[in-house]
Amino acid sequence: MSTVIRKTCIVCPLGCHLEAELADDGQILLVRGNTCRRGESYMRDELTDPRRTLTTTVRLVGAENDAYLPVKTDGTIPKGRLFEAMKVLSGITVTAPVVRGDVICEDFLGEGVNLVAGKTVEASSCG
Amino acid sequence: MDFKKIIIVGGGPAGLAAAIEANRCGIAPKDILILERDRELGGILNQCIHAGFGLHMFGEELTGPEYAGRFIDEVRARGIGYLCDAMVLSISAEREVAFVSPTEGFCRVKAGAIVLAMGCRERTRGALNIAGSRPAGIYSAGTAQRYVNINGYLPGKRVVILGSGDIGLIMARRMTLEGAKVLRVCELMPYSGGLPRNIAQCLDDFDIPLYLSHTVTGIHGKERLEGVTVAKVDDDRRPIPGTEEYIECDTLLLSVGLLPENELTKEAGIVLDRITGGAQVDQSMQTSMPGVFACGNVLHVHDLVDFVTKEAYRAGASAARFTAEGAAPAGKMLPTAGKSGVRYVMPQKLDANGTLDTDTALFFRVDNIYRDKYVVLSVDGVEVIRTKKRFLEPGQMETVKLNDTAIAAIRAGSAVTVSLE
Repeated sequence: MSTVIRKTCIVCPLGCHLEAELADDGQILLVRGNTCRRGESYMRDELTDPRRTLTTTVRLVGAENDAYLPVKTDGTIPKGRLFEAMKVLSGITVTAPVVRGDVICEDFLGEGVNLVAGKTVEASSCG
Repeated sequence: MDFKKIIIVGGGPAGLAAAIEANRCGIAPKDILILERDRELGGILNQCIHAGFGLHMFGEELTGPEYAGRFIDEVRARGIGYLCDAMVLSISAEREVAFVSPTEGFCRVKAGAIVLAMGCRERTRGALNIAGSRPAGIYSAGTAQRYVNINGYLPGKRVVILGSGDIGLIMARRMTLEGAKVLRVCELMPYSGGLPRNIAQCLDDFDIPLYLSHTVTGIHGKERLEGVTVAKVDDDRRPIPGTEEYIECDTLLLSVGLLPENELTKEAGIVLDRITGGAQVDQSMQTSMPGVFACGNVLHVHDLVDFVTKEAYRAGASAARFTAEGAAPAGKMLPTAGKSGVRYVMPQKLDANGTLDTDTALFFRVDNIYRDKYVVLSVDGVEVIRTKKRFLEPGQMETVKLNDTAIAAIRAGSAVTVSLE
């Protein structure tokens, strides 16, 4: 007996309907429905270690207008740690100037994933 | 009066790309002026902090600010002129642009060509006629997005979302991550208007239920929203008596569609398309007013910003050509139309004497979900292109690219239709 698990692929906007066949011991027998290789590896990860990129904002001081800076993880983190990550980041304040791509927090979850700035913001001219 | 070769109204993704392309086509950077009403360039992308932009343009998934940032950097590197906090008040047939700005005051500038790139805005509660009181706590999804991502305010704690468009889905995840409880998403239609992957990563990931064929029929609360009444709807989208359910909540987000923002266009007397809500254009993106071009969400609402950028490149190139060559002699214009399942076709007309090549495409949307259909392009009733499509849905913009047969037929013909068979 095998069980079939269905998921929507989130790798690209196509959103392929993926199916995985699992053996009784949970081993993945087959992945189908994907139209690219990334879809298959997404399904395998999703069944064993689901991960997500996190995008959010952190407090920003010293900028002319912006009070918050958009940030993202430069890799994926375990889905189960998203709320923990949000909590860690709620305590962070960045000071302008900041350049898009700057590392804001190095390896902030011990997952080897950094938090990077999503926007270039200049320092306020009035100091 | 001051003169600019090209004035671009709007500094979002469409305006930025149009400016860059006009410069690439030989217009000096100081002869281009982008007028942006917000305090910074980038448009709505600045508040779209989620990833998913740029897969077609850059082959990677960028956040909104990252996508906008790349174009803003290029506009600056090229030295293209722009003015923020500048609100355009009117444009005239003589291509005079009137605007106000805190630094420049009231200005009139004459333009060699104008590119309209004002984007779109959200449909509001008023457009839906939901019964009930008028308490605080009801926001369009994009307004809530701005409060959360730009201003750092969480608009509420217990949230119901009406409409399953992508902005609503993205906000369901965003507000959940920020500590709100999103109780459910209601969708009037029997299918979601959002991308399947957004249902997976924004709703399923956080166990937020999606109620298809459901709508909000009542709003309760005096000062602040206290709850909404939700009901199931029948095939004609009318609420079914007896299915009403009261849900306690302090926030209702509306994600119920986008409308091209065309007040300037209308006042200028430019002909609009009743279905898209944007100007009628030919394949060079020229509107009914010579020398005035349109691109991006002000023309028709796009699914992906990448396509906005490509359309804006075309508008920028056409504007540059117009300033060099002037108005082309009025040639034969073929109207395009959608039939049997095709809601609209853009461009709405094809200039038979204009550029028609295999890069020229017709964009369209269907009126329902269809499976295994042929998209057929006909000129004067004669089929010239037939493409098989496994799946068509209203939320997905479709294209037909012209081939040599079609181009020859268009040059000799008088009307073009796109239909499903």
